[in-house]
Amino acid sequence: MTTKRLTILCGHYGSGKTNVAVNLAFKLREQHDRVTVADLDIVNPYFRTKDSMKEFDERGIRLICSPYANSNVDIPALPQELYSVTDDKGQTVVLDIGGDDRGALALGRLAEQIKVEGDYAMLMVINRFRPLTPDVPSTLEVMREIETACGIPFTGLVNNSNLGEETTADDVLGSLAYADEVAKATGLPLVMTTVKDTLYNELKGQINNLFPLMLQDKPFM
Amino acid sequence: MADKVLMKGNEAIAEAAILAGCRHYFGYPITPQTEIAAYMAKKMPKIGGCFLQAESEIAAINMVYGVSATGKRVMTSSSSPGIALKSEGLSYLAGADLPAFIVNVQRGGPGLGGIQPSQSDYFQATRAGGHGDFRMLVLAPASVQEMADLTVKGFELADKYRMTAMVLADGTMGQMMEPVSLDYDIKPAPEKPWATNGTKMEREHNIVNSLFLAPEELEKFNFDRYERYAYIEENEAMYEEYMMDDAEIVLVAFGIAARVTKNAVNEARKFGIKAGLIRPITLWPFPKAPFAKAVDNAKAFISVELSMGQMIEDVRLATECKRPVTLCNRAGGMIPSPEQVLEAIKEAANGGAK
Repeated sequence: MTTKRLTILCGHYGSGKTNVAVNLAFKLREQHDRVTVADLDIVNPYFRTKDSMKEFDERGIRLICSPYANSNVDIPALPQELYSVTDDKGQTVVLDIGGDDRGALALGRLAEQIKVEGDYAMLMVINRFRPLTPDVPSTLEVMREIETACGIPFTGLVNNSNLGEETTADDVLGSLAYADEVAKATGLPLVMTTVKDTLYNELKGQINNLFPLMLQDKPFM
Repeated sequence: MADKVLMKGNEAIAEAAILAGCRHYFGYPITPQTEIAAYMAKKMPKIGGCFLQAESEIAAINMVYGVSATGKRVMTSSSSPGIALKSEGLSYLAGADLPAFIVNVQRGGPGLGGIQPSQSDYFQATRAGGHGDFRMLVLAPASVQEMADLTVKGFELADKYRMTAMVLADGTMGQMMEPVSLDYDIKPAPEKPWATNGTKMEREHNIVNSLFLAPEELEKFNFDRYERYAYIEENEAMYEEYMMDDAEIVLVAFGIAARVTKNAVNEARKFGIKAGLIRPITLWPFPKAPFAKAVDNAKAFISVELSMGQMIEDVRLATECKRPVTLCNRAGGMIPSPEQVLEAIKEAANGGAK
């Protein structure tokens, strides 16, 4: 878990940033009165934090996202409320950043204020089952591209290796060596390994810093 | 790479195309299929292939024509309005009997429409989407795995019959992520003695063309082409049947609509309604056999679509109008819910009464 005021989730697109962001916000809300999720995704047209609007409302979590998310307006817009993330320091914030370096560009707008304040965790979400980041060199390449695009160096890793609904405990256990190698190559701590909640009990005790994820609902599966 | 990988539908198409031997991609970005182009842009330079973002959809489809004439496997991808722009090129490809692989990840229309998922290009795809007498093979995936599988199949069929094969997906199929296995036994492309790839001074010049000065000659090409189409209708139709053994209420749906419908069929069975699903995997040729088999036991057919009633016409033709066929649909970027489909099933089981 993260103890910083700002938790920034970056990664290769499709690594699972949004699911991690949503669940992290749920968890943080148990400890903090004011929790905000800031969706800076300017890349994806579907499957966004806004899909969890009902769950945010129920828990009293504020969502800042493009007013055009899940609509037909196909422009990479950021909401004006975004500046409150760094201006209003009385809130705990999870920032969900769009995939790859293109997505991380949007974060660059806030980089200066975030670094001046200094109370942040900049986490790289990794998934070894994504075809363009199956190994350490390809993952490091994406990390370098993201850091260059947004101007904030990573401070930790989240191992979210998964195959969606079909993920087995063995898949997760099999990804640990890869996550450790990435940690060793970067010198960054593995802050947590995330698994869908149905695997949590099976894997508890076998993996350090294990964090359960409730997956966003898809009615047509 | 791990045995299974987690992919977006659009990525699965791109990777499967590369595995199928495609080294030439021409396109122009449009949501919700842009990941195909993005994936090709990353990968093609690393494997000696060509990714080219053309100045327009029209330019891209004509680049496809050019590469196909040389005998190479080639593709383009777009979304609804972009395919409309490509339709002249699709007709020229057909007129010149050139194979090509096309992807349409549909969005809501007509016009600029929107970027949310849709199936409203059914007519455009199955009635060939261009001028003149011609057909395209149309493949309709309902999972990320099928996005990949039908891409490989599409390249094979295109070469086999010297015609365009299209994967007709929708935005959801393009954007959703599922595990896929990309373990294919790719057969080498067939010999293409017609290709314009250099005579080496050993043969006559090959000519790729769709202009015929004598109408008799043009007519003969049309007749010959339709004999080939008739053979394809007999031999290449693909479909899945779900709970069809005793089905009285027969649902018909493809792509994302089929997944919603399958859930509704399961629910209907819990109410004691004998519902079943025919899922066409090829939309052209439209699979007629499962309808001929089902029609006697069936009380009614329901076409479930993300469009205003397009496939329903093929359902009526395939059932020869022997049973009532109703429409259960959403449009403009909306997806029917399993509850909506279940209501339609109950209504049909009730003899059409609400």
